[in-house]
Amino acid sequence: MSLDVPHVPGVAGPLTPEPLRVRSLRRETADTWTVSLDVSSRPGGFPFQPGQFNMLYVFGVGEVAISISGDPSRPAELIHTVRAVGATTRALCRVGRGGMLGVRGPYGRPWPLEEARGQDVVVVAGGLGLAPLRSVILHLLRHREKYGQVLLLVGARTPEDLPFRRDLERWQADSRLRVLVTVDKASPGWKEHVGVVPALLRDVAVDPARTVALMCGPEVMMRFTVRELERLGVPDARIHLSLERNMKCAVAFCGHCQLVPYFLCKDGPVFSYDRLRSFISLREV
Amino acid sequence: MPQPLPPLEQHPFLRGLSPEQLSAIACKVREQSFPAGALLLREGDPADTLYLVRSGKVVLEQNVPGRGPTLLETLKAGDILGLSWLFPPFRWHLDARAVESVDTFALDASCMRGPSPEHPVLEPALAMRLLRQLYDRLERVRLQRLDVYKAGA
Repeated sequence: MSLDVPHVPGVAGPLTPEPLRVRSLRRETADTWTVSLDVSSRPGGFPFQPGQFNMLYVFGVGEVAISISGDPSRPAELIHTVRAVGATTRALCRVGRGGMLGVRGPYGRPWPLEEARGQDVVVVAGGLGLAPLRSVILHLLRHREKYGQVLLLVGARTPEDLPFRRDLERWQADSRLRVLVTVDKASPGWKEHVGVVPALLRDVAVDPARTVALMCGPEVMMRFTVRELERLGVPDARIHLSLERNMKCAVAFCGHCQLVPYFLCKDGPVFSYDRLRSFISLREV
Repeated sequence: MPQPLPPLEQHPFLRGLSPEQLSAIACKVREQSFPAGALLLREGDPADTLYLVRSGKVVLEQNVPGRGPTLLETLKAGDILGLSWLFPPFRWHLDARAVESVDTFALDASCMRGPSPEHPVLEPALAMRLLRQLYDRLERVRLQRLDVYKAGA
């Protein structure tokens, strides 16, 4: 896939962010916020494909790669979900309603939703990995008749760490998909599963010949989940992972995100596991 | 005339055992149900039963002094519950509580402890099944202990 850097009126080049105003911030968890940006000045809004990301610039602080978590069929809404873990993301979550952020993108290869047409789709999300997969679920629901069985398996550290809880409740009540949620730790009163995400795959019927798996989350979680999918017989080429390591320029100039032959920002962040198998377990120097 | 056994062989844990092995393992078996909220195992109580979960959901709990119970793992239909009967001192190490109503086969541990001269393959067959359960459990616990969702992980 070629990298199409969108033309933005008044913006000099692919490394120059476009200033956009924060329309709203909604708290997802103790440290996670969903940020909606005002794109009303852009003709056609901000089109993107599920799985793509933007570089968000907090003026005077820094820039960070953040997945787009919104609905791809609603380009008039540009939504990202951000976890405040470093200086830039903490500053980003502090930019209040009406504040300005710099945005450039969308970048990266999206989820293979065309390839998944007519197939069963198993979506596996760990923690905030649900953000780029939220766009997938919204797409699948909008085009539900084009896909087979849709399973969503979600894991988090605790119930309080689950992002998009309102969405999850709505999706759990939606008969068009099956949603299983698990947490690593819980207190009494929690009625969903306790345990790791790969264990949820024991509870679902997966036909490996017609399954496409999409997953995003901590890499170690994905490695364990791939192992479980392999055990079920899902071929590596049908298992797709989103990797988000150290993206800086987002246009394959700087090499910060390089993973042996791949620039994650341009060749990814979504890869099929057969392309990643040899590289994903390499230790960083 | 001996009472016919319930369809134990349909439970994944016992699937593939011969009728003789099955009869030996299930020399004392009963069907046992628990309402939602009931304790199936209580830490410190004698461990003398292997439960084969047939339906419903059970959660393993560990009570942490000063913090109360922490939920560790959910077990459901097809899983086994209870391994502390395998080794002395034969006391449950955890609590197990029914999240929703639970149906089980309760197998008396006395049938499964030690070698059986009448069925020499019984012990290895059962041991391999238990080993598989322990191996899978160990893998899950390892991943759980990594705390992969922790901020910055």
